[in-house]
Amino acid sequence: MSSENGTKMTGATSLVKSLEHAGVDVMFGIPGGAILPAYDPIFDSPIRHILVRHEQGAGHAATGYAQATGRVGVCIATSGPGATNLVTPLADAQMDSVPIVAITGQVASGAIGTDAFQEADIRGITMPVTKHNYLVTDAADIPRAIAEAFHIARTGRPGAVLVDIAKDAMQNQTVFNWPEKLSLAGYNPIMEPENSAVRDAARLIAESASPVLYVGGGVIKSNAHKELLKLAELTGAPVVTTLMARGGFPDSHQQHLGMPGMHGTVAAVTALQKADLLITLGARFDDRVTGKLSSFAPLAKIIHADIDPAEIGKNRRADVALVGDLKRSIEALIPALTAEYSKNKPDLSAWWIQLNSWRSRYPLGYDHPEDGSLSPQFVIERLGKIAGPEAIYVSGVGQHQMWASQFVSYENPRTWLNSGGLGTMGYSIPAAMGAKVGAPDKVVWAIDGDGCFQMTNQELVTCALNNIPIKVAIINNESLGMVRQWQTLFYNQRYSNTDLHSKRIPDFAKLAEAMGCVGLRCDSRDDVDRTIAQAMEINDQPVVVDFSVHRDAMVWPMVAAGTSNDDIVIARSLAPIWDSQEL
Amino acid sequence: MTTKQTHTLSVLVENSPGVLARVASLFSRRGYNIDSLAVGPTEDENISRMTIVINVEGHALEQVIQQLDKLINVISITQLDPITSVQRELLLVKVFTTPVTRSQVLETVQLFRAKVVDVAQDAVTIEATGNAEKIQALLRVLEPFGILELVQSGLVAMSRGLKPGSISNE
Repeated sequence: MSSENGTKMTGATSLVKSLEHAGVDVMFGIPGGAILPAYDPIFDSPIRHILVRHEQGAGHAATGYAQATGRVGVCIATSGPGATNLVTPLADAQMDSVPIVAITGQVASGAIGTDAFQEADIRGITMPVTKHNYLVTDAADIPRAIAEAFHIARTGRPGAVLVDIAKDAMQNQTVFNWPEKLSLAGYNPIMEPENSAVRDAARLIAESASPVLYVGGGVIKSNAHKELLKLAELTGAPVVTTLMARGGFPDSHQQHLGMPGMHGTVAAVTALQKADLLITLGARFDDRVTGKLSSFAPLAKIIHADIDPAEIGKNRRADVALVGDLKRSIEALIPALTAEYSKNKPDLSAWWIQLNSWRSRYPLGYDHPEDGSLSPQFVIERLGKIAGPEAIYVSGVGQHQMWASQFVSYENPRTWLNSGGLGTMGYSIPAAMGAKVGAPDKVVWAIDGDGCFQMTNQELVTCALNNIPIKVAIINNESLGMVRQWQTLFYNQRYSNTDLHSKRIPDFAKLAEAMGCVGLRCDSRDDVDRTIAQAMEINDQPVVVDFSVHRDAMVWPMVAAGTSNDDIVIARSLAPIWDSQEL
Repeated sequence: MTTKQTHTLSVLVENSPGVLARVASLFSRRGYNIDSLAVGPTEDENISRMTIVINVEGHALEQVIQQLDKLINVISITQLDPITSVQRELLLVKVFTTPVTRSQVLETVQLFRAKVVDVAQDAVTIEATGNAEKIQALLRVLEPFGILELVQSGLVAMSRGLKPGSISNE
């Protein structure tokens, strides 16, 4: 396969050649002692290396790149602290099934285990937060480890893989040998669902009077959005898209009820609660979706399609399991279902009368603050309208994340990036950087909170220096807003350590300017559109807009943690009013 | 309502560094309790066998197997039925003896088809193999004499007959 096979070179050159063979076009990293041998051949490689300011930034950038492109993201760091700084992004990517490969330098093999300078057992440390990891101490093993790492990261249920390489393995001479074939006896992802399960699923769907398509991030991972649209229109069933699936089904589609879960729409949450069948597609019954598990969708039979057999029955028992690649499972389901429908197609009109009534009575909404200050939801809604459905939106974690999921209309997959599973504050800026590198022709907006922004904003320097013109909207409520919301609701308004004073310090616009970005401010409703338009026009530099918003705005609806989805509230102490027949 | 039950899993893993840590880490982070774990070589030098005894309910067992199977270094997992498999533990136990009790201890050893591997002035060391019930029964009988020290291996097991029924991975 490779014309370079059989060539003598150092382990470090072999590493860089291996990355080239794996198809890497860009990587994010920082050099240091143990990884230094690799940085010499990187200097000559066609692979673009982006020098970040913190290894966590490299990890999230790799994740943003992977989520925006569907390709494997790559980050590289030195041993010890360089490697431990990657732990959070590795855990983050693994939780959200994002394919990334991390390369770390390790102290020389003879020094491993001696508490050497900058030594950390990063393989041991990352074992629970990666799909797999490697420690390479022999130069000859480098190509195979890299080939396997990329294969494991991108196939099956994607995930994070780390390859730790001892410094002497990089310095030693070796003969390059890119493996033609990989044989991983213990790794054979199942791609095709069983025929009998497909038939059983089709039968259940054809018998259901009140089904819901419960769609998770798997639809985006397996590029199954077109197939999903066909299936949805074939069934006529309502669709809900989880936080990880936003954009996997067009928000503008009539059958879309929005996001389910803790801050989902009343229609989406209630549809799941009242459904007689959940057609679960690449979702994992996460606690933020199910609420109190024992009372989740009590009437529903479950079809569960997932590529990971361990997800079946993990949280909720499945009546029919479709283990396989989601795209192929849906492709198989469509003809089976068409055959069932030729015998009997259920009438969903009564179900839709109920769904539409929930949808029209309890739409998402917000109030403008009485004191004339900015509503955060309004800012995000306008941003979504002006930047449009072709832009990529990357959020941090907290209130602004929920609002960005609720008030931006997503029409396309890979246009909504966020940290769903791990909930990593600080994800947004570096992930937006990675997304913009992967999709340079797209407008990339980071929608960040003032708390999140202060965790990782140093990567704006990287953006400014490397011509990565992302746009950042800081939704500045001078608080750790989501924590503050819980203190408002559950801790008697005792605001312990959630006040960040970030309307006073730092001056975000000046901070942005200092980092080589354009810094803008906006604190009135009348200026919102104009400021966003101004930011949209700047394409040769990153731009940061400090939107000063009202601090008491809260995310609604809400299902309080640990309670039943039946107890959803649409505003403080305000439950939806159900017709007696609905209860 | 399912109740907790003891299950024996025979797990073939790649013989590579860190495999034991991966399995242990998985059990720890998913909150599964291991009753016993034995690791050793197989007829293939690239493959090791782990015999894992766990006490979980049926639903959790399925999760344990599926999660284990996700580990890249795990090649196959077979659930061993006590009836269709041979299951053995190894016991070394040091029993206090006097000139009066020594013969009674030796008689017990014979009854259980165990072996005396060391004799000292006031103690004998006994080696026994068997399934968990036999080992427990032996210990119950020896206890009144005074057990000074004991060490027990994890369970090792193998299916009877020609071919084990593999329940995962083909």
